[in-house]
Amino acid sequence: MTLDRRTFLGTSAAAAGTLAAPQVLADGHAKPRVVVVGGGAGGATAARYIARDSKGEISVTLIEPTRMYYTCFFSNLYLGGFKEIGDIGHSYGALAAGGVNVVHDWAVGVDRDARTVALAGGATVPYDKLILSPGIDFVEGAVEGWDLSAQNAMPHAYKAGSQSELLKAQLMAMPEGGTFVMVAPPNPFRCPPGPYERVSMVAHLLRTNNPTAKIIVADPKPKFSKMALFQEGWADHYPGMIDWIGEDFGGGNVSVDPGAMTVTIDGEETKADVCNVIPAMKAGRIAGLAGVTEGNWAPVNAADMSSRADPDIHVLGDSSQQGDMPKSGFSANSQAKVCANAVRGALTGSKVFPARFSNTCWSLIAPNDGVKVGATYEATPEKIAKIDGFISATGESAELRKATYEESEGWYTGITTDMLG
Amino acid sequence: MASVPARHITTLAACLVWAGSGASAQTGDAEAGEAVFSKCAGCHSVGPGAKHRIGPLLNGLFGRRAASLEDFRYSRSFRRVGAGGLEWHADTLDAFLENPRALASGTRMSFRGLKDAQDRANVIAYLRGFSDDPSDIPEADPTRQGSERDLDPAILALVGDPDYGAYLSGECITCHQAAGGDDGIPSIVLWPQEDFVTAMHAYKNKTRKHPVMQMVAGRLGDEEIAALAAYFGQLQE
Repeated sequence: MTLDRRTFLGTSAAAAGTLAAPQVLADGHAKPRVVVVGGGAGGATAARYIARDSKGEISVTLIEPTRMYYTCFFSNLYLGGFKEIGDIGHSYGALAAGGVNVVHDWAVGVDRDARTVALAGGATVPYDKLILSPGIDFVEGAVEGWDLSAQNAMPHAYKAGSQSELLKAQLMAMPEGGTFVMVAPPNPFRCPPGPYERVSMVAHLLRTNNPTAKIIVADPKPKFSKMALFQEGWADHYPGMIDWIGEDFGGGNVSVDPGAMTVTIDGEETKADVCNVIPAMKAGRIAGLAGVTEGNWAPVNAADMSSRADPDIHVLGDSSQQGDMPKSGFSANSQAKVCANAVRGALTGSKVFPARFSNTCWSLIAPNDGVKVGATYEATPEKIAKIDGFISATGESAELRKATYEESEGWYTGITTDMLG
Repeated sequence: MASVPARHITTLAACLVWAGSGASAQTGDAEAGEAVFSKCAGCHSVGPGAKHRIGPLLNGLFGRRAASLEDFRYSRSFRRVGAGGLEWHADTLDAFLENPRALASGTRMSFRGLKDAQDRANVIAYLRGFSDDPSDIPEADPTRQGSERDLDPAILALVGDPDYGAYLSGECITCHQAAGGDDGIPSIVLWPQEDFVTAMHAYKNKTRKHPVMQMVAGRLGDEEIAALAAYFGQLQE
């Protein structure tokens, strides 16, 4: 826990009882303006917290192209049949009612000198502080043979919604004894346990509907999050069904042919009935357009999630390169609260408290067999650094695993309410 | 705002104390550690393409059981401490590097040890970079030792600041619904302040078992628990 200059000043201002906004607004407009791009776990939370806590002192605009937000978290549970698609869909109505100006449009450019965001619909939105939380896009050419034109034949389903429904429909229509192939992504990527929870959920679905089906995972990594827990669960619940091919066995040497529905892993061609390609990821495109990325991600200062390239831009969640936190909805929500506190302090002189972050990722392996991993983090000058953590143990009792799953359901209600009101 | 300043200045002082006592000893400088590692590099290699030499390779060291690489011939002494459960983390490495024979009497590592604590912290930070990254494998070893636990009890007798509690409560209501819902995760709103503080301290000292709550409470100082209790107490009004 270090206290940076901004925190010190914000706190001192509050201590002196100063209520006037410390930042001189560019063109003398009365009310400071925050624009948030991306209405997921990071952006929606930041927009809601700033609007709510500033009590009308700050005008908050959220730019989000989709009218319904489908959470990536729990989208695997939809694939497994534990949730309906409607259960993971949320409107932005409550956020709008809470005072956030919700604009359904694409942000297509940022003019950092003029401090404006250009929208695909033609409008230009001015800001004093800009918060970018655009999630992920895929690295072009990451999987040989796959591009966005192939995402109907070989869905990624790594942005929830129609892609999740498509993958589910394909799984339900799979021929008896068919083969599901997943091409897993390289590090770093959204939701480290996500692909493996998905394998578990697909295995559960197939075991019920299509018990002679096979699952092949081609993975460019030598290991993955919660590996011992997943492998124990796969051996217990789905014996003989899942073939995980890691880096050591050529899992990273993959090409696909979406026309022929074949996948070639380390020179060996396999016919896939359903193929889920999860390519390498990078920050959502607007972060690159704003010029705040280095390589695939946007480096930020841990204390307030401000961009290292521009103090008036903050980057949250998956797009940010912050240090030790995994790219997860929980992380984005946690970072958003730190950012909201700092942005509000900068614009209105409200108290700024030291950054603190936490994350927990729950995964479901089979009905009532939930596991979790979590950690707590703090801001250092270099990065967000992990200071403590825990993970479910192998061989835990069925009661504990059931309680862990039920806890994840409680968390889902909690975080979606926290994000969207 | 009139009632805020005195209380708040105390909070700020507490923050400054953490920063002052926390920075140097707890986190090493990996770059400086690379230079320190030159003392080890005669026998150990680390990084891309590292191989066993006189000593085992040090990639993926953090979280590893001592003497657990199957393709390296460890001393009997080391195999014994490995079987006894020794794992490599920042604290065990620190003890081992200070005096290798303190942990394994018969180790073949003929090295007197690094007597300078900062040298040890630096080389540990350097080696940490060749183990799993928590951003990819969330269960990977911490990259930093916690600082909040070192709070001096003398500065903790503070009245909770409800504004600080409101900020801190953001961490609670990601899971515990602010409106008091109770499905899978218990409600924490409308609790009597005393019960709240009692429960949080029971998690902090690990009397209560839940790992998420132990982790969350473990990072909260007494003052922060008081702030949360004040905030949730205020909600009650």
